[in-house]
Amino acid sequence: MEQDQPATDCKLDQMSQGIIGKPISRSEGFAKVTGTAPYAAEYPIENCLEGVLVTAPIARGKVTSIDVDAGLEMDGVIAVVEDERMIARPAQGTAGEAPVQQPRQVCYWGQPIALVVAETFEQARDATKHLAITFDADDLKDVPFDPHQVEPESQESSSQGDLAKAMNDAPHSIDAHITTTGHASAAMEPHSAIAEWDGNMLTVHSSLQMLNYNIAELADSLDLKEDEIRLVSRYVGGGFGSKLGVSEETVAASIAAMKLNRPVRVVMSRQQVFQCIMRRSETSQRLRLAADNDGGLTGFGHQALVSNLPGESFAEPVLQSSHFLYGGENRLLEMDVARIHRMTAGSVRAPGEAVGMPALEVAMDMLAEESGVDPVELRLRNIPESHPIKGTPFSSHRLAECLKQGARQFGWDGGSRQPRHTREGEWWIGTGMASAARVHNISEAKARVTIKADGTAVVETDMTDIGTGTYTILGQIAGEMLGLPRDKVLVELGDTQFPRGSGSGGSWGASSVGSAVFVACEALRKSLAERAGVAEDKLKLKDGAIQNGVSLVDLLEGEDLSEEGHYEPGDIDDDYVAASFGAYFTQVRVNHFTGETRVERMTGAFGFGRVLNETTARSQCIGGMTWSIGAALTEALHFDPVDGHLVNCDLAEYHVPVHRDVPDLQVIMVEERDPAASPIQAKGVGELGVCGGAGAIANAIYNACGARVMEFPMTPDKVMARMPDD
Amino acid sequence: MPITINDTQHALPDDPRTSLLDFLRRDCGLTGTKKGCDHGQCGACTVIVNGERINSCLSLAVMHDGDSVTTIEGLGTPDAPSALQKAFVEHDGYQCGYCTPGQICSATAMLQEIANNMPSDASENLDDRIKPTADEIRERLSGNLCRCGAYANIIAAIAEVAEGDAA
Amino acid sequence: MRPFQYARPDGLDHATQLTAPADTMAIAGGTNLVDLMKLQVETPQELIDINRLTMGEIADTDDGGLRIGALATNTATAAHDRVRREYPVLARAILAGATQQLRNKATTGGNLCQRTRCYYFTNIDQPCNKRDPGSGCGAIKGIARLHAILGTSPQCIATYPGDMAVAMAALDAKVEITAEGDKGRTVPVRDFHRLPGDKPEKDNVLEAGEIITGVTLPGPVEGKQIYRKVRERSSYAFALVSVAAVVAMKDGRISRADLAFGGIAHKPWYDPRLSELLVGEAPSAALFDKAADLLLEDAQGYGENDFKIPLARRTLAATLANATGVEL
Repeated sequence: MEQDQPATDCKLDQMSQGIIGKPISRSEGFAKVTGTAPYAAEYPIENCLEGVLVTAPIARGKVTSIDVDAGLEMDGVIAVVEDERMIARPAQGTAGEAPVQQPRQVCYWGQPIALVVAETFEQARDATKHLAITFDADDLKDVPFDPHQVEPESQESSSQGDLAKAMNDAPHSIDAHITTTGHASAAMEPHSAIAEWDGNMLTVHSSLQMLNYNIAELADSLDLKEDEIRLVSRYVGGGFGSKLGVSEETVAASIAAMKLNRPVRVVMSRQQVFQCIMRRSETSQRLRLAADNDGGLTGFGHQALVSNLPGESFAEPVLQSSHFLYGGENRLLEMDVARIHRMTAGSVRAPGEAVGMPALEVAMDMLAEESGVDPVELRLRNIPESHPIKGTPFSSHRLAECLKQGARQFGWDGGSRQPRHTREGEWWIGTGMASAARVHNISEAKARVTIKADGTAVVETDMTDIGTGTYTILGQIAGEMLGLPRDKVLVELGDTQFPRGSGSGGSWGASSVGSAVFVACEALRKSLAERAGVAEDKLKLKDGAIQNGVSLVDLLEGEDLSEEGHYEPGDIDDDYVAASFGAYFTQVRVNHFTGETRVERMTGAFGFGRVLNETTARSQCIGGMTWSIGAALTEALHFDPVDGHLVNCDLAEYHVPVHRDVPDLQVIMVEERDPAASPIQAKGVGELGVCGGAGAIANAIYNACGARVMEFPMTPDKVMARMPDD
Repeated sequence: MPITINDTQHALPDDPRTSLLDFLRRDCGLTGTKKGCDHGQCGACTVIVNGERINSCLSLAVMHDGDSVTTIEGLGTPDAPSALQKAFVEHDGYQCGYCTPGQICSATAMLQEIANNMPSDASENLDDRIKPTADEIRERLSGNLCRCGAYANIIAAIAEVAEGDAA
Repeated sequence: MRPFQYARPDGLDHATQLTAPADTMAIAGGTNLVDLMKLQVETPQELIDINRLTMGEIADTDDGGLRIGALATNTATAAHDRVRREYPVLARAILAGATQQLRNKATTGGNLCQRTRCYYFTNIDQPCNKRDPGSGCGAIKGIARLHAILGTSPQCIATYPGDMAVAMAALDAKVEITAEGDKGRTVPVRDFHRLPGDKPEKDNVLEAGEIITGVTLPGPVEGKQIYRKVRERSSYAFALVSVAAVVAMKDGRISRADLAFGGIAHKPWYDPRLSELLVGEAPSAALFDKAADLLLEDAQGYGENDFKIPLARRTLAATLANATGVEL
């Protein structure tokens, strides 16, 4: 089906099974906690060789020679693969075609240029360090690494009215420059693949988020047809954008397997994951807010500079939610992209809002102080009726509810916001809040649902579950629609032998592929109704039987019943602005002497349409909030100014939050159905938790100790430097 | 002497470069122990050796002859999970699942460390009886990164088992 | 990893013989060495596994001190009853470092020999005078966030990354070293690590064939013991700045002030002038400032680590305030 109209009457609410939305434990849970769930590199494949990527220690230039013969002399080495089909960068999300190939052309420090294949991993890894390779490296003086040292390209620009005049005329205005550093996805499972070639068919177990696109990317890279490839990703050890597109190890393993006629496993080292997989761009942002006496926005300006390699279409979409989150007649939104030679910039959890929203929310906090309006109230006053420029209505909008419920649950004190109100020993204690917003994405998806003659059901799609709960929620949707308990529905994912799903990314998986399952189940219900001789809307299915007590087994008479659901977003997104919204409230303590900051408690209230599973949805929220803590306090990619290489390319020095950084997190899921967002009235939740939370923490730091820090992350040195003297 | 893994004896690898982690994953087929960083920076490879939790990536297999190793597979199975494994499922103490075996091995050993009154950086007083408070558990589990951000649920799962043990 | 021969010595004497050749290394816990071997920062041709030698004992000394065997794990040391009660600065320093998994393997001797975390040292495709003498220093012109502000040289600005040794420096512990033929010597922890000078490849005074057998702590002293570590996350991170302090008060004046610092130099930084300045004085903000002036008079930042100068000052003040009961 194509969705052109809001789905106001959703069948999921009329069913009898009563499992949709319920906090059901993950169906794959015991496989994960007992270590029996196999990830890409863990399939026991006979005769498998081990490959290790060779990377370039130059920033830009050409590989002039690789001494393959000498490489083959090394202990255990079977092959040194250098092939112009190998990819030099990962594919961007939803590319559906090969990324930049010809790895001999080096564009960033650490780019993969070859693959060493040996009998054992130790042999291969050792050989990569001793290959004789010559380069024709470009003079570093000619290679730009700093986004501020090049003339940027304009990425987007839109304006309405006269922002400069609004700023001049306004009784209250804020002009804030805020920077964010680059981030890494740092999924716990490194990028991995095992490729097998039988002469006709390439089978690759790989760790990927979007098999429906990845198969096309791999086929295009190798010059194979899609039906000559099978991709399998049943368990994916985290993605966060880093596995949206096919990456270097998968293509290299495939080429090696085809050349050698033996299975080849390639697993990136953690350092390689940092150095050759997508980074989130650093950003420099300018926020201008003009407001009347009551804090009502009259002007809204958001400008950003981001970076990427030459030739990459992706630019961190910093302004994405700024277009519609708050009102303000006079608007200016501009984004530029600087072309520099750091590794590819691409999607990292919540591209755009993860860095744009915290900056905007710091500026809003400054405006709240400047105008004397409580921060929660300021936001409530500035929620627009419709899209501030286009005038398009919102499909559904729960920001106000999130702000109110979050404030109530947190115990937000609407009183004085004077910083430095509470000190315990060396520690200042304060609170802060921020809004959350994330655009709603949705995509075409297919899924097959089969009711087996034995009365169980099977859902099949090449959709992946990257930890979000897809296995579980698809079973809940099918179980609800077909009247089956969750354990009577088998969900099979992550195999391109199944119908093409949407892939996991952009928080679109649940609503897209969930709708495909829903559509398939609607068709199955029609068939069942016919067999039962009742109208479909009168068909009640529960616990494997229909209302008159006849079981599905009897109704099917030994046959399987199968339907493929095909969901396509129609033109409804022209008629509505659809987004998920939320609010964060947090209390922090900041050390007066050292600037160390600890988050003591955090509440998030989120509205993201229908909740498909309370447990897994809540987990997505706490995951995002945890990322907010990282973005606020610890996570920063540091690049060498001389050759642009990523210096902190491991998990010791790229600081993702640890257990001790994260307090208990409160989550409120605000009741919402969004009929325009998807047929199942659901929107995305995987990214919403990181779309502004870092701003709440920054604002709490200010409220605690009076340090208004304009650089994320707010490491001890940054906070200390802004700590008022006394 | 051979190495004992989950009560089964195995011969040590020929190549002394083989890490205990690679030995478990490649030679013994015990892929429940995960490789997240290979440099002792993430905790996904945590196993219990002679009762103590270690990063198996930073230990050479040949150094472990005569040792007794417990991996996630040795703690429980889908049909007979340990109390912690059950609690992780109930509290959704995982998402992608890749750090999970390390978290559970780590937590298993940690509860014993607290029972043995071993201090941590979060212990307010080094002389007092150590209690399994949330702050203690957070510090003691900080060697196990979870990028999905399931920490709050992991702590809830472990705290439930710790309370059960204490009761 | 480069291929290597693996061997186990029959005893300590045998171990000193085996480790005498330049391309041979001893391995204990391995938490640092295996890491560096995988990166090929370390490429020993022979690896001598000393773990089965009996050097793990922690025992009282005749003069009331405590001897910690070279193979005592960090966990065992931090959990030892006397360390907790009488040398809490040492227990605290150990517990502030790494993780339980690492501390369960890391040993006293190995931890003293822990190498720097400088990103240029661990990346073999970057210049580093410590790893590859004469190749240059990537950090001086690069990202020096982790790096030293005191005692640097034009060749190297790396820091010693550990915590345990910082506390041992404050406690004035002694390192016991043995060599082939029973040629033992004892070196104060304060002198065990070197400044980089023009030999940054040498972290400490240990020579080939020498093996650390233990560390001796002098008898316990009166006073308050504090280990204060400032880091970028609340656990599992190396120090930006750390302070180990053993401070006693008598009649409202400071009677003892043994201070050592981590994260700011190529060695645990001990400046005897601080004790001279502080002892006999009444504690005050002004006095702490003077101490910081003295500590940092030659401090030099390299851009990214400039913040360590004010951070060291503020951390010292906070630590001294805490130790002396002064409110700042």
